Amino acid sequence: MSASLEKGVNALREQVDSTVAAFFSSCVHCGMCAEACLFYTETGDAERTPINKTEPLRRIWKYEYTLFGRILKLLGLAKPVDEELLTEWETLVYDSCTMCGRCSMVCPVGIDITGVIRKTREGMAAAGHAPKGLIGATQRAITIGSPMGVKLPALQAQIRHVEEDLGLKVPVDVEGADYMLLLSSMEIMNFPEFIDALTRIFDKAGVSWTISSQAFEATNSGIQIGVSDLAAELVQRIVDAAEKLKVKTVISPECGHAYFAIRWDGPNLVGKPFGFKVRHILEVLDELRRDGRLKTSGFEEQKITYHDPCQITRRGGVVDEPRNLIGMIAKNFVEMPEHGKMNWCCGAGGGVSANERADEIRLQVFQRKKSQLDEIHAEAIVSACSNCRIYLEDGLEAHNMEIPVLSLTETLAEHLED
Amino acid sequence: MNDRSGAKDMTLGAALRAQGVSRRGFLKFCAATASMMAMSPAMIPRVAQALEHARRPSVIWLSFQECTGCTESLTRSYAPTVESLIFDAISLDYHHTLQAASGHAAEAARKAAMEENQGKYLLIVDGSIPLDNPGYSTIAGISNLDMLQTTAAGAAAVIAIGTCASYGGIPHASPNPTGAVSVSDIITDKPIINVPGCPPIPVVITGVLTHFLTFGSIPELDDLGRPLAFFGQSIHDRCYRRPFYDKGLFAETFDDEGAKKGWCLYKLGCKGPTTYNACATTKWNNGTSFPIESGHPCLGCSEPDFWDGGGFYKSISMPTSDISTTVVYTAAAAAAVGAAAGAASRYKKKASKAAHSKVGVDDLEK
Amino acid sequence: MTEIEFLSWVRGPGFQIASIVLVAGIIIRIAEILLLGRAANLAEPKGSEMSNGIRTIFTRSIPDAGTLRKSSVTLTAGYIFHIGLFVTIFLFAPHILMFKDVIGFGWPSLPTQIVDALTVVSIIALLVVLVHRLTNKVLRFLNNFEDLLVWFVTIAPLVTGYIAFHRIGFTAPALIGIHILSVELLMVVFPFTKLMHAFTIFIARWYNGAISGFRGVES
Repeated sequence: MSASLEKGVNALREQVDSTVAAFFSSCVHCGMCAEACLFYTETGDAERTPINKTEPLRRIWKYEYTLFGRILKLLGLAKPVDEELLTEWETLVYDSCTMCGRCSMVCPVGIDITGVIRKTREGMAAAGHAPKGLIGATQRAITIGSPMGVKLPALQAQIRHVEEDLGLKVPVDVEGADYMLLLSSMEIMNFPEFIDALTRIFDKAGVSWTISSQAFEATNSGIQIGVSDLAAELVQRIVDAAEKLKVKTVISPECGHAYFAIRWDGPNLVGKPFGFKVRHILEVLDELRRDGRLKTSGFEEQKITYHDPCQITRRGGVVDEPRNLIGMIAKNFVEMPEHGKMNWCCGAGGGVSANERADEIRLQVFQRKKSQLDEIHAEAIVSACSNCRIYLEDGLEAHNMEIPVLSLTETLAEHLED
Repeated sequence: MNDRSGAKDMTLGAALRAQGVSRRGFLKFCAATASMMAMSPAMIPRVAQALEHARRPSVIWLSFQECTGCTESLTRSYAPTVESLIFDAISLDYHHTLQAASGHAAEAARKAAMEENQGKYLLIVDGSIPLDNPGYSTIAGISNLDMLQTTAAGAAAVIAIGTCASYGGIPHASPNPTGAVSVSDIITDKPIINVPGCPPIPVVITGVLTHFLTFGSIPELDDLGRPLAFFGQSIHDRCYRRPFYDKGLFAETFDDEGAKKGWCLYKLGCKGPTTYNACATTKWNNGTSFPIESGHPCLGCSEPDFWDGGGFYKSISMPTSDISTTVVYTAAAAAAVGAAAGAASRYKKKASKAAHSKVGVDDLEK
Repeated sequence: MTEIEFLSWVRGPGFQIASIVLVAGIIIRIAEILLLGRAANLAEPKGSEMSNGIRTIFTRSIPDAGTLRKSSVTLTAGYIFHIGLFVTIFLFAPHILMFKDVIGFGWPSLPTQIVDALTVVSIIALLVVLVHRLTNKVLRFLNNFEDLLVWFVTIAPLVTGYIAFHRIGFTAPALIGIHILSVELLMVVFPFTKLMHAFTIFIARWYNGAISGFRGVES
């Protein structure tokens, strides 16, 4: 119970670097970021303008890291970073932002607004201004090992089901395997068919893989709440397990923030490069496809579209792989208007789904995704993030839309050639 | 040159006829002058009538810190012109360069003219007046300042001919070692017409005189005291090379292709845009040419402080101080300040990292 | 002060002061940004930082179709006045002479009529920008004193330059003097405001491209 304003302000100070300084120096108040953010376009609340969400960090940069700003502060003309500001900004920095990254793509002067919002979260969280739901998820992730409270026995139970169903072994703690698979709690609890699918695909392709009983959780709540110390702790568990099992590559499953956390943030969090590679499951599957080790037959009849999970596509770099894979099993594929790296967020990432206070707004901004779908009249949506899947389903249900949301991996497995 | 005997009571018309100017010639002059003054043709008979019956006014011309260029401009012509004739037709009672008398006789003539025409004579001044030390410029032991003040007291109006008398001119240029000032800096209770130029165009002078003789008043002046008829447009607005300026065709040096083709001289420092005079229309030497037409940029000589305008060959849009050097020194100093500021920022960041307290699960709430 | 004295001052000490503030301000601010540095990225890259950074400096000027539709007023008026400013400042003969005096070399100019027309177009675009800024919901929320000050010091040289060129109102020396003074005001205000984006945009866009490019995404 020792969050404090002082810690929060210090955390913000630590976050200022040349990128932050260049970004804040360049903002011309054009307002284009608002038009790119679904939390503004679907609510009309101007305070949700992305660059506005960064105000606490901006004040620290201006009044402590610029000569002119320091002079203004000496003259008593500085705008403060106090409890009032942070309290007011809670719903802007957390409830109204999934860190989807669209604003960063659109800003004409090139500000990576999303990255700056992520940095702002460090200060908010250290000052005790993170949302309760997200704090709870993070605490569970650290103490139990999963934000949803999933423990090893639960996973083992699911694994037994899969082994019984398929008559195949799910390798656990196999030293020297090529790949170590991570799983998100969401998949373990809600979409265990994913484990099913992968087991079959890897078996057919002859992939050498394993799951670690020590570190199987992919989801990184530390990233979402914005506390690098905790995110690092979670990543370290995976690093320890990967090193112990001497694997070559760690696979991040169908979970958005998990991929970003382990692939792009990971080494920087723990302070040294990894001795192993990190790949998203789609990258692995695409490689199998290229090597001819993934063979499918038949095609989906329905009109399919692909929802690009923000953290995997725009923020993660896995843009072409899903399309290559869908091309294997879909004849009637249609892209959403504004797809790929310009796709619109499902509205549930970045910790929003763990935050009950944000339920209402999350459903409100789903309207953006609905407009996209309305334009193309898709009969099914394929995606590669279980969080997106669950909350797309949630939103569709709220609007009485009966469009199935499928996992790309599972759909591939269904078409696996016997 | 000046036949003053018996001619004092002659009207202007009679005097001109006595000089052999025909009625036709006289009317031609009136028409030319009227059009120069931007008067309608209907005014020509009025001008003719006024000049015909005008009493030859007494004119006293005082020359102070000047180069005599203004007088030269007025009188130097290769053929007699009506301008010089009208000049002959006035009663020029005192003028250093032109008068026959000298010494004490000259000063006596001046005093006599002042007494006889008290309140009615025209005072013409060229040259500036030094204030720092009266000894810098004296006439017959009298300082310019004293002579101006006593002579102006009884004048009907004062005409300051040339930029020196109008605004201080060359002597007034930085650092102004003599403390030179203009006529209007000293005389404040008489109507003053400034006819600047270094020197002014001859017909401008006679045009002002004609106006005075015709209407008995001074013409409409701009806010620098110059007759609008002659100083109402800038050189730039009447320059025949203007189309080249508008098209962006400039001579870069005095003898390049552009110069030979007669392109605009803006880049060579022409002050046409900020200079008001009749040079581009009336021209010099009976309409022969003017500086720009001869290939030299306008100096801006009818404007105050044209000597201190940054240089004749520095364009108006160029800064007058050495900005390059300023920028180099500023950049060096700024780099030092920037390095210091940057160092301070890095130190602050380092300190904040050192002050980092690890956030554990129990540190997320207050 | 006479008109000529005023013109001489703005061409002389005035320009010097403004140049000092402008140059010192820009250098200090850029130094402040760059000297902070950033931590090295220890992850395994998927793409090149340098080439993507440079790429984004250019491509960020080309909006995607959806963004263009949503922010059409901002983008259209914005581009028009930026291009107009570039032409009127850098391609007008008298201005090029000023640069030649300061930096030692000049370059060809555009015909004056084109510059004149673009001045009018730019002024209209800036008026549209102001109306938009005062009526758009997001902008009304974001607006502060600086936004209005910067708008003013940007449009003033265009308006006063147009007036001086066409000799509307007072006499030439005063009009030209006012124009030069308005430019000096812009120069003095520049380093303390968002006008710095003229320089920092290259740094920010590079960082944006580098950060995304590292992860294999062209931004």
